Amino acid sequence: MMSLGAIFFYIISAFILLMGILAVTTRKIFRSAIYLLGSLIGIAGLYFWLEVEFIAAVQIVVYVGGIVVLIIFSIFLTQQSGKEMPRTNLSRNIFSLLAVIAGFLLSCSLIHQYGFEAGSQPFDNAVSRIGLYMLNTGKDGFALPFEAVSILLLAALIGCIVIAMKSVPTKSTK
Amino acid sequence: MTEIPISHMLFVSTALFFIGMYGFFTRRNMITMLMAIELMLNSVNINFVIFNKYLYPEKMDGIFFTIFVITIAAAEAAVAIAIIINLYRSHQSIDVEEADNLKN
Repeated sequence: MMSLGAIFFYIISAFILLMGILAVTTRKIFRSAIYLLGSLIGIAGLYFWLEVEFIAAVQIVVYVGGIVVLIIFSIFLTQQSGKEMPRTNLSRNIFSLLAVIAGFLLSCSLIHQYGFEAGSQPFDNAVSRIGLYMLNTGKDGFALPFEAVSILLLAALIGCIVIAMKSVPTKSTK
Repeated sequence: MTEIPISHMLFVSTALFFIGMYGFFTRRNMITMLMAIELMLNSVNINFVIFNKYLYPEKMDGIFFTIFVITIAAAEAAVAIAIIINLYRSHQSIDVEEADNLKN
């Protein structure tokens, strides 16, 4: 007899995988984005189940609130969203399916052989502890990657504007 | 909670990774390829959190890697979409097969 928590885990996992499969196989691009949204929400639910609430909140804010909305906007800007995408040719489908299944079986057998053992210590991931580590310059602090990521975000911001900017036609003044 | 073996959770993230890989191989539309990459990054994040929580509960490295991966994924998606929109402006299409100017 499984406990309620275990049943929840399997339900969430089945939801994530089902939405993921639909997102990569459906032929309408807007539906694909909505299935991706479902999969990401399911992953946030999995984080809640794992009791890492901060990561779950970040997942919802950044992925569901940011990236998926960005993807949907770009679909509206570049596609007729109701139109079906052309079918990919059969040999490519078959060979990628074979490659994927082979990789999946290989990874599964490796995981199965290794047989991870869970420790019994409780995991303390309070937000105060995350913040303390994030700005700690000591031995196990993450201040340097934090600063590096902030510079990366600034560079990405400027880069996006420069790339997507319409080039103004240079008018000759004469 | 502990009655679920860690390997079952790892099977879920492995399956999600290879679903994303299948999408990346079969799709020819740049936006759907980007979605497949997002799925793969998310499966890696699940792995990081599970390893941190169950194997090294006294450390925080997995949590921080997850946070940084999410941040970089956001930056990557933004840059990719800027490139896609620019490509659509010049080619009227976002199919990867048609963006072959450098080839010939």
